[in-house]
Amino acid sequence: MKYETVVGLEIHVELNTSSKMFCRCKNPDLTDKPNTTTCPICLGLPGALPYTNQKAIESCIKIALALGCTINKNSFFERKNYFYPDLSKGFQTSQFLHPFGEHGKLEIETNGVKKTIGITRVHMEEDTGKLTHSNVNGKQVSLIDFNRSGVPLVEIVTEPDIRSGEEAKEFLTKLQRIIRYLNVSDADMEKGQMRLEPNISLRPIGQKELAKYKVEVKNINSFRFVDKAIKFEEKRHEELLDKNETPVQETRGWNEFKNVTVSQRSKEEAHDYRYFPEPDIPPITITDEQLTIIKSSIPELPDGKKERFVKEFNIKPYDAEILSRDHKLATFFEEAAIIGKSHKIDAQKIAGFIINKKINPNDTLPATLIKEITEASKITIIDEAQLKLTIEKVLSENEKAVNEFKSGKENAIMFLLGQTMRKLGIKVDPNIVKNAILNQLNK
Amino acid sequence: MDITNLTITDILNGYKEKKFSVSEIVNAYLDRIEKLDGKINAFITVDRENALKKALRLNSGQANTNQPLSGVPIGIKDMFLTKGIRTTAASNLLKDYIPPYSATAVSRLEDAGAISLGKLNHDAWAHGSSGENSDFGNTLNPWSYDHVPGGSSSGSGAAIAASMVPITTGTDTGGSIRLPASFTNTVGLKPTYGLVPRYGVIAMASSLDSIGHFTKTVEDSARILNITAGADGYDSTLRQTQGKLEDYMEDLNKDIKGLKIGVPKEYVTKGLSKDVKEKFDISLKVLEDLGAEIIDVSLPHTDAGIAVYYILQTSEVSSNLARYDGIRYGHDRSLFGKEAKRRIMLGTFTLSSGYYDAYYKKGMQVRTLIIEDFNKAFSRVDALVAPVSPTPPWKFGEKANDPLAMYLSDALTVPINLAGVPALSVPAGFTHSASLGQGGLPIGIQFIGPHFSEKLLFRIGNRFEKQTNYWKELPKL
Repeated sequence: MKYETVVGLEIHVELNTSSKMFCRCKNPDLTDKPNTTTCPICLGLPGALPYTNQKAIESCIKIALALGCTINKNSFFERKNYFYPDLSKGFQTSQFLHPFGEHGKLEIETNGVKKTIGITRVHMEEDTGKLTHSNVNGKQVSLIDFNRSGVPLVEIVTEPDIRSGEEAKEFLTKLQRIIRYLNVSDADMEKGQMRLEPNISLRPIGQKELAKYKVEVKNINSFRFVDKAIKFEEKRHEELLDKNETPVQETRGWNEFKNVTVSQRSKEEAHDYRYFPEPDIPPITITDEQLTIIKSSIPELPDGKKERFVKEFNIKPYDAEILSRDHKLATFFEEAAIIGKSHKIDAQKIAGFIINKKINPNDTLPATLIKEITEASKITIIDEAQLKLTIEKVLSENEKAVNEFKSGKENAIMFLLGQTMRKLGIKVDPNIVKNAILNQLNK
Repeated sequence: MDITNLTITDILNGYKEKKFSVSEIVNAYLDRIEKLDGKINAFITVDRENALKKALRLNSGQANTNQPLSGVPIGIKDMFLTKGIRTTAASNLLKDYIPPYSATAVSRLEDAGAISLGKLNHDAWAHGSSGENSDFGNTLNPWSYDHVPGGSSSGSGAAIAASMVPITTGTDTGGSIRLPASFTNTVGLKPTYGLVPRYGVIAMASSLDSIGHFTKTVEDSARILNITAGADGYDSTLRQTQGKLEDYMEDLNKDIKGLKIGVPKEYVTKGLSKDVKEKFDISLKVLEDLGAEIIDVSLPHTDAGIAVYYILQTSEVSSNLARYDGIRYGHDRSLFGKEAKRRIMLGTFTLSSGYYDAYYKKGMQVRTLIIEDFNKAFSRVDALVAPVSPTPPWKFGEKANDPLAMYLSDALTVPINLAGVPALSVPAGFTHSASLGQGGLPIGIQFIGPHFSEKLLFRIGNRFEKQTNYWKELPKL
């Protein structure tokens, strides 16, 4: 291919604070009936004023810190003025000039190659209401649900450093893990808690400047589809560029049934949002003390955890990576590994056990797991000579079954296994016994 | 019963001494509204039924003495949301809007026992200096029906002057309380920005809007501030007050001997009418007689005030009025009047990309200079005194077709809003007007102090009022 793909991502994350961004309404979930978690403030009624949710700001700063951003200690909210029926005040309270976080980065690894993706900004804003277009009493109507209006929303914007669908998918997977580790959002894409918009363009290989156009794709609700959408666009742009045409700068929507993107609206004219400082909210100063407290509340993140597991427990990097994907699982492993140590059980064995048996940390306790492993270990230390003797005895006593097996009836092995197990009279790993019987039979 | 010069203090004392019942008072004011308001048009909505019900509930006329305003009638500017009572912003766009909640200031006054008689007229969306921008008709000046009562709180000032109610609320974004107060011989307070919650008051320009009130006397004004001031947990621009709030009535009767009162030379050199100049000079003498030291000071960026104000204010207006987008409230944006449209367009322009730096940003920078002017002045003097309006009330129609002339009538009030400091407008006499044959038209002066210096302003204002007694003059109605 003579073109290079250039992708930047815009990610919106709804925070899991108990109340909304600028009012005390409950942060709704999808089970709430439309327009039940609202008040004059999130409805944008005359006279209503915003009152900031401090917890949400802390969560936003946590995300920014976890992504290695520098924090703007002096910041303020701004009004982003535009009209849309789901926007109750006629402007969205957001941040423009001084986002809480800037100049961050996140390292990803695709096909064994490591790469750093720059984070342009992490800022705090509020979600809008939601429009549904439906038929009520035979009339086409648009309905507005303001439940979501004012839900704390963090926007993360990356540099155009992503070069493929795979990289985008890897970046997003990693970002989602970090957000979940921070416990600031469930980042569930299906529930709209994490929303993605890739900006895609192609440029000739070797060209340093960005292409003169970019295409934004909306309505993508899984990482797999981001990959697919980028691949679809790559192909579409390539075909146009080959014909010496420049793809139109526009917003397209992903159609997950047809696996294609569809033009939604062209962005020929850029929006003028007429940003200005939100006069209803005083400027926000983040003190060093506050920053220290927020920093100290950030847990060890997946990458750090993985490295430490390898170093401290001497487990395989691959296993360490799997175990550190989920914060609960990682903690479960670590606790099990510590208990295991006093039982002289190798951490790698515990890691393997958790991964192979797909242990759910919600179903069992680390100590229980260690007990299980110990039990399982006990049986493997069976005296080989004794096993051999027992098997020989069983085989000689059950000639019929032996002959059946030899004539091709493989099921007969199960009968022989049962007999041997009974004779041994102790808990043994049936796999070991079975293999020993097979060895004997195949001699 | 003669209620024409009753103060809140008189009403509360009357209740205590069982001179009259709450129902008698409320009825008397309602009757006066009925008699006069057909002409003056100070009210958009009169809530007779609720007012009488509430009066009856107050123990068949016995006021609850635990509540500081028990049984005292109030009028509410129609920019303040009142739960269940139509709130119009004096605009046809909101002519059918019934709010589901009340403004903090309204709740506080009602919780203190005040009884609302209704909602007051003003320039639509509080845009104006004469009241002529109301979609509900002009409010006439009780002192002369040919003259404007001042705006935007036109009904609030006129209602007090005509003794239709003893307290009215107001909003002051660029002079909207002080100007009508000075045009109607009433006392108007524009508190420090961030002292009285704006929650539930329809926003005009959020960084300038101050929530204040009109009364007959300075003492009454202080009494009301005791009720409306303080953080409410809804307006984040409010100073977070800890512990007990100040008692604004505490220093009312302290003398003002030795106080340094500055006269900003930029406010008195240019464009003052002869009448205003004369009354202002007399006022300075009164202050000197009371022992104050009058000192000349300078607020060098005064000239930029109107320009800065009309950039920042319109920018905020354009954004604040965006929510009336035709989807809710029953009416669309075509019902905005000329002045609102003018401000929306000006503000949209000044915030537009490419113009932001030249207008909004520069405006903010000059605003800082204006704030510094005041800070510097207050390092030399305790308070400032200045005329409120360069001219006495003008005639209806005189400036209605010349927006710029109308804007300039606020030249002496807007810098105070830009600086966020408090100012108290008090009566300072009348014009010489043979044609009116009744002592002429009212003239007011304002005392301006540093942030949160309301107690000091009430003290100066009260001494000045006790010495002059202009408030006792009544329009012949």
